[in-house]
Parts: sequence; structure tokens; C-alpha cells
Amino acid sequence: MALAFDEYGRPFIILKEQDQKTRLRGIEAQKANIAAGKAVARILRTSLGPKGMDKILQSPDGDVTITNDGATILEQMDVDNQIAKLLVELSRSQDYEIGDGTTGVVVMAGALLEQAERLLECGIHPIRIAEGYEMASKIAVEHLVHISQKFDFGAANIEPLVQTCMTTLSSKIVNRCKRHLAEISVKAVIAVADLERKDVNLDMIKVEGKVGGKLEDTELIYGITVDKDMSHPQMPKQIEDAKIAILTCPFEPPKPKTKHKVEIDTVEKFQTLRLQEQKYFDDMVQKCKDVGATLVICQWGFDDEANHLLMNRNLPAVRWVGGVELELIAIATGGRIVPRFQELTPEKLGRAGMVREKSFGTTKDKMLYIEHCANSRAVTIFIRGGNKMMIEETKRSIHDALCVARNLIRNNAIVYGGGSAEISCSIAVEAAADKYPGVEQYAIRAFADALDSVPMALAENSGLQPIETLSAVKSQQIKDNNPHYGIDCNDVGTNDMRQQDVFETLIGKQQQILLATQVVKMILKIDDVISPSEY
Amino acid sequence: MAIEKIFKDDASEEKGERARMASFVGAIAITDLVKTTLGPKGMDKILQSTGRGHGITVTNDGATILKSLHIDNPAAKVLIDISKVQDDEVGDGTTSVVVLAGELLREAEKLVAAKIHPMTIISGYRMAAECARNALLQRVVDNKENAEKFKSDLMKIAMTTLSSKILSQDKQHFAQLTVDAVMRLKGSTNLEAIQIIKKPGGSLKDSFLDEGFILDKKIGLGQPKRIENAKILVANTAMDTDKVKIYGARVRVDSMSKVAEIEGAEKEKMREKVQKIIAHGINCFVNRQLIYNFPEELFADAGILAIEHADFDGIERLALVTGGEIASTFDNPESVKLGHCKLIEEIMIGEDKLIHFSGVEMGQACTIVLRGASHHVLDEAERSLHDALCVLSQTVNDTRVLLGGGWPEMVMAKEVDELARKTPGKKSHAIEAFSRALVAIPTIISDNAGLDSADLVAQLRAAHHEGCNAGIDVITGSVGDMAELGISESFKVKQAVLLSATEAAEMILRVDEIITCAPRQREDRM
Repeated sequence: MALAFDEYGRPFIILKEQDQKTRLRGIEAQKANIAAGKAVARILRTSLGPKGMDKILQSPDGDVTITNDGATILEQMDVDNQIAKLLVELSRSQDYEIGDGTTGVVVMAGALLEQAERLLECGIHPIRIAEGYEMASKIAVEHLVHISQKFDFGAANIEPLVQTCMTTLSSKIVNRCKRHLAEISVKAVIAVADLERKDVNLDMIKVEGKVGGKLEDTELIYGITVDKDMSHPQMPKQIEDAKIAILTCPFEPPKPKTKHKVEIDTVEKFQTLRLQEQKYFDDMVQKCKDVGATLVICQWGFDDEANHLLMNRNLPAVRWVGGVELELIAIATGGRIVPRFQELTPEKLGRAGMVREKSFGTTKDKMLYIEHCANSRAVTIFIRGGNKMMIEETKRSIHDALCVARNLIRNNAIVYGGGSAEISCSIAVEAAADKYPGVEQYAIRAFADALDSVPMALAENSGLQPIETLSAVKSQQIKDNNPHYGIDCNDVGTNDMRQQDVFETLIGKQQQILLATQVVKMILKIDDVISPSEY
Repeated sequence: MAIEKIFKDDASEEKGERARMASFVGAIAITDLVKTTLGPKGMDKILQSTGRGHGITVTNDGATILKSLHIDNPAAKVLIDISKVQDDEVGDGTTSVVVLAGELLREAEKLVAAKIHPMTIISGYRMAAECARNALLQRVVDNKENAEKFKSDLMKIAMTTLSSKILSQDKQHFAQLTVDAVMRLKGSTNLEAIQIIKKPGGSLKDSFLDEGFILDKKIGLGQPKRIENAKILVANTAMDTDKVKIYGARVRVDSMSKVAEIEGAEKEKMREKVQKIIAHGINCFVNRQLIYNFPEELFADAGILAIEHADFDGIERLALVTGGEIASTFDNPESVKLGHCKLIEEIMIGEDKLIHFSGVEMGQACTIVLRGASHHVLDEAERSLHDALCVLSQTVNDTRVLLGGGWPEMVMAKEVDELARKTPGKKSHAIEAFSRALVAIPTIISDNAGLDSADLVAQLRAAHHEGCNAGIDVITGSVGDMAELGISESFKVKQAVLLSATEAAEMILRVDEIITCAPRQREDRM
């Protein structure tokens, strides 16, 4: 009852216009929430694993996205349900934190919810379930650390990193040339990584795409590409040993910020102003020339006259370069961004071994490559592909692979993939369950069952008999006491994931379990859903 | 208890079989639409725009047709996209790529109905595509060393490309035209340097390639109509009123006489500018921007030909052909490079007067003047010519050449069939299907030509068993030797068709769910 009475017997109105709102309470509410969560997980379930399928997403404007990436699917879905939105958030936070495993985390949460529903039907209080899950997740995470392995890598030995990235890429459409892309991703990460501090700034890796060509043409450029061309068509297209002046001031007459007026009332003033103007342009170009720059990159536009003067003095220039690109160029070439002509000094110039313009296809598409930079800490991955959707999907896949490589540099512990880690955790949790007195024991067991759902989905998507395969692998793991057995998705012939070289990062897996448990706990705690009526 | 609705109103979700069916149906519908335009006897389409005026386009070009369609099916959009990319990347084969992708999906549909998992089909297709590409690589002819032969290759490619277009009547003429134009580019792929001017009137045969440069402008009044040994200054500068560029400047006067003074000063400024320009020792001045009457008059007095308002491309091309640089300041006459040409004169094409620059220094740019009965014919001719130019310029860079007329498809199909026989497992069905999809292309070509495709393709297959140059000779309606008939295609185009069609088919096959967001509400503009 939402009605309460004050001391005079008059009803309080707690909810405004109550009859116009739909309201679900108690077990009803929990079941409705669980159903919604399961529905979202069900959509993603078929995308899991190397044989997972893609989804077509059509945006409100009719644009088509084809993807396999859990976070992208959920982001683009027009979700209206609050609980479903929670799961969308869940996948997004996995994306921000780890970058990979966005599908797995939602599938895991869906399985936990499904198990919780059964327990609720047995009459177990949701809070007890939540607590049981919490304990179980702790056991699982600890077990993960236990079965994880460290491996060594260095700038010279990148093979283990490449293998891990290949595992990530194998579930995407790009798995045709995963080896190539994995190598590119790892090299890119190594190039920008700070191995001392074990940190990688992914902002230093620029991922650019252009339609045309084939996926195999994707390349890693030790430098920057800018989607611009020289400001004057007759400037040289190739500059060696370029000294680059990076400017954020336009080659235009000054525009003081304070409001002002220049009044012209006599012919003399008109004349002087004119001379002033000409001198101004001349000075700007001269200053660039004086400090020894051989290439000018500017954030703003050029006046026609300035443009010609630059051309005339043999000083190639690029205009309208975006702020982010400008920063990257500055980092890569070791130059400083100069906001005023007066502050140009030879030390502030960036250096690059080669700057060249490259044209593509039959249209007038041109790009500027800045290579062999003084500081090779900024790199660009340049993707080619048959169509726009392919490029977009490749970008997302590369992003995942980059994140994985970064995580490994931060923490070089790995667990084996193919569902082997989940199966192993499930066994450990199951065994631990018996030690807990009280109702939580059931919840812990349910957690173990939920862990099984990931390898189950993998097997299902690969066209294997899910229950049969899973139980076979599980018994094998217990018999040999070897946590490396997983689902043989690619039909290689062995289900030892160590031989198949299928790795995942430890922190990725840990996060998956922790985040999924957290969200499920939150959902379980809800016992009242009040939504305004449709308007 | 009702299952909660997760999506917003109007958003829809198609799953599993239904989703797959929706994408197959969409893709196949698009394929069937453009299929009839394939090959030398392919038919054209009329496209009527929904915009004001209901403009009409008559075309045979796959990319143009697909670009103009309003499509809601996501799978169809993928196909349209690959056709567009093909157009941007190699310029030709825009229909073939869609047809091949469509046929691959048509075969895949049958396999899916036979309960083969899409992932198995995809891996089969991948193997088949790789094998097909290798088959082509083995059979390519590369005449890079032999300039004479290479030129004849180009000629053949141009003829093959043009034979399916409106220009097929005069393909010899146009092939010569395009080859000459592309050879002038000397390996650059910048097609901007080839200008195409369309002038209605005359017949297509009257079209010609001009070695020099033609600018679609008139010569100013009172200026010389003919200049020999012209020195040209190409400029991009304001020749109307030269504004004061310093921000916030404005003129404030308190009497009429001051106005007159300032006006005088302005005039003086312009006069000075003109003097400076004249001081370059030129006799022709071409500006991108407007030239007002006053400076024009000054130029006329100095006996200089002044051309105003040449558009940006025109300026760039002109700078390219005459070897001048585009100038915007005129203080250092000695450092500005001037353009040169032997002769500038006004010529008439049809009713229009144009300016003709001949005997230019650098022969990179050239102009193709198209004549034809109507605008529609000219537009289509331009598109066809553009296709041919694109293919040729790409071939100059990648000189590998294949035979045409369904020959490459048959070669690939044969190799892929071999592979299917060797491959164990379900994949072999998919590989076989790939070869069937390849054979569909010669089938469609002969169907479009009104020939008995079943008979012809069977003959072709038999002929290819021996490994020869057989292809479909649409003119006589029989199997002929493609090398003798001189039907060639560029390897780069074929490879792009093969790879992007497979990629697109793969992409569509992988889908098992379509989620459509609620369409954004728009006001009805109609």
C-alpha cells in the first residue's frame, strides 16, 4: 500500500498521480528485471567467441554498422529499459577499463541473473544471493591469480604479445589477417610504451582509415598522417629532413581581441595602412624563413597573399590542421606549438626525416605522411579495406587489440582462453561452496554454474554439443589437474589452450567477473520499479 | 508476467533466420537490379530524381545507378558501399563487384538452407578467393618492358571498358582518345589534369582531344584575340576592390571631397597593382577571381589579354600546362615563374567561344571536348570516359593485364573447382559454390546479349579444361579467342572486384541479428 494516514485519518499522497504510474513490487519486480537483463545477454550471446556472429545495427538516420563488439552493439541499440541500460553501462565500463571482453562480461551477468531467478523461486532472499555471489566472485578472482602465468617479453621478443592480440582479433571479422594486424598493434604499442613505468598512452596511437585497397594493405607508420594537402598546389610534394614550424596563429592580419576600430579619414592613412598590411605578411613569412623552417603546419587558414609568399619563398605549408593532430605532430617531431610568430625560435622547430604527400585511388584524395620523426613515440595505424563498414569494424578491432597489448605491458599475467579459465574457476568455486555454512552455499554453487555459461556459449556458437563438450572438458581438467583445457572452437584437434596459444589477460578476466557480479548485485537489490505512464 | 520490452518504440529486432533472410533478399534484389547492365549488350537505366525538376539520368554505370537509389535494407547498403569504393579506387567494375557479391550470397543462401553453418561457408569462400587470386596471378601478362605492346594493351583495355557503354559505336575513336590522354599524364593518377568539356551539338564522333588547354571563357572586350608566344601570369588575387585586410578598419569621412580623395587613392592602388602585374612583362593575365571593369580597361590599354573568373580547377590546370606558378603578390617580378605557350586564340565550338592555349610547355594536362546530341548523352559519355580514364591510369601504375569476356572468371572457376575437389569437409561445398558464383558472370553477360547462356558457358567450360584463351564473343554469339579479339581487362580491377565482393559477402553472411533504431522523426518536405 502506498497510502499512509496522518493523525486525522487523511491520506498522505506519497506518489503523485499514483494511478497513472505502473508499479512493480517485490518478487515481481525482481523477476521483471532479471528477464530484461537476460534479454540483453541473449542478444550478445551469439557474438561470443571466434565463431560468433555479427549484428547489423541501423541508426536512426539509416546508417548501417556491422559489428561483433559487445560494447558497440549495446551502445547503438535503442535501449529503453532501465535494467537493460545498466547492462549497457556495464559493457561500457569494461570497454573503458580493459577495452576487451565487452561481450563476455554481459553474457556472464546474464548467466548470473538466470541462476538468481532459480534461487529466488526457491525462496532465498535476494540479499543472501547477492552476498553469496560476492563471496564466490572473491574465490574466483583469487583462483584466477593462482592459475595465471607470467611471461616475459621485451621490445625484441614480442611473440607472446602478438599471440594474445591474435586471440582478441580472432573473434572479429578481420581474423583473415589477424597475424598481420596483431603484429601491427603490438609494434604500435611497444613503440609508444614506457616500459620503465609500465604505462602506455594510447592517445599516441592514431588509428586512421581510408576505404579502398585490401585489408592486407593495412600498415603501421612510424609517424603521423594528416588528411590534408599542401596549401598551394605547386608546393613540393616531398620534403626530406624537414624542420617543421607548428603554428596556431593564422597567416592573416592580426585580430586583436579587444574591440577596436581603425578609422581611415585621409588618403595618407589609407596609404600607410596598405603598406603596413603588406609588411605584415612579409614579416610573417620572413620570420618562419629566418628560424630555418622548411615546412609550416598551421592550425588556421592562409590569406591568398600569404600563401603565395610562402610559395614564392619556397616554404611549403599545410593549413587547417586540427588541434589533436597538431599536438600529435608536435609530440612526434619534438617541436613546440608556437602561438605567435614572435616566439618562433630554431629550438622550437620539429624535425622529421621525410614528409610526403600521397594520393589514393581515382579521386583527388591526398594525405600527408610525416615520417622518421625525431621522436618516434607517436605512431599511426593506417587501415585499408573494401568498404566503410569494414574500416569501422577494423578500427574497433584494432582498438581492442591495442588495449589488450597495453594491459599486458601494465601487468604481464595471463590466463588461458577458450573458456578454460572459466571452467577452472567454476571447479574451484564449486569445491569451495561446500565449506560455507548457510544459505549462501546455494548462491555460490549457482555462481559456479553461471561461470560455465561462457564456455557453453562458446561451444554452442562453434557448432559443438554444448553440454557434452563442457562436461568432457571439465572432467578432463579435474582428472589431469590442468587448468589449460578449454573449448576447441576452431576445430584444431586439441583442447589444450596452451598448445593452441590462446591467451587472455588476467586483469581482463578479473574485471569481467567483478563487474558482472557488481551489476547483478545491484539488480538483485531492486524490489520496486516505479515508472511514469506513457505520455 | 510479460517479458519486458527492452527497445524503444518503433525500434525493431530481427533474429536468426529472419535476419539472414532479410539480408539475402535485400542483397539479391540489388544484384538483380544492376545485373542487366553488365556486359557489352547490357541495357541502360533511367533514373529520375525526386528533387525539384525531376531531373533524369540515363546510365549504364553501376555506381551511378546504385548511388541514386533510396535503400532501407542494411545488406543492400553494404553492396552499394562496395560499389562506391570500387568507383573511387579503380573507377571501373562497379557493376561486376555488386553482381559477384550478390551471386556469392545467392549461393550461400542455398548452402544455409542445406544446414551449413555460415562460418563454414565463410572459411570456404576465403580459401576459394585466395585460390582464385593466385590463379589470376599466374595468368597475368605484364608488358611493362615493351612500350609498344603496352600501348596496345592499354588500347585493348580502353576498348573493352568502353564497349559496354554508350560510346561503344565509336569505341576505337574514344579508346585512342583516352589512351593518348592517359599517356600524357606520364604515370600520375591525377585525373584532374584531364579536363572534359561538354558541348551539346554535333555527334559523338566529333569529340576530340586537344593537346593544349581550352578554357571555357570569353576574351574581354577590346583585348587582343590572338597572341603568339604568350607569357602568362596565372594569379589568384582580388581584382575588384582590394580590401584592407586589417581587422576593424573602416573608412570614416566627413565631406564629399574626402570620399573622392579616398576613391582616388583606391583607384591609384589598383592602378599600381596593375602596373606591377604588367611589369612582369606578360601579355596574358588569368585570374581566379573577378576582374572589375577598371583594371580590365587598364589591361586592355597595355595590350594584355585578361581572363577573369577561371575556376579553381581551371587555374590549377592552367598552371600545370603552362608551367607558371599561381601568384598572389606581385612585388618581385623576377622570382615569379611565368607560364608560356605558343599561341592563344579564341576558337568556336558549336556556338560557343572558347579560349584555346596551344603549344604549351608541359604536356601533362590536356582537354577532351565531348560533342553529342543531348545533355543526357553527354553526361553518360563523360561517365564512360571517366571510367576508361580511371582504369587506364590505374593500369599505367600496375601494368598487369588479363583477358576479358568472361575469361578470368572461367580461369578462376576452374582452379577453385580443383581446390573444392581436394578439400575435405563441408568447406568444399562452399568452395564449389564460389566457383558457381564466378561462372554466373559469363552467364549473365551472355544472357544480357540474348544468347543461349547454358550452351555457351558449357562450351566455354569445356574449352577451358584445356587451358586456352576462350571467352564469350558477344558479337558473333559464340566462344572465341579473347587474345585474338583483343579483349583485355586490367588485373587491378579484377582483383579489386574479387576481393571486395568476397569481403562484402562475408560481412553479410556473418550477421545473425539486425537491430533497427527508431527512425528519426523528420518533417515531411515533399
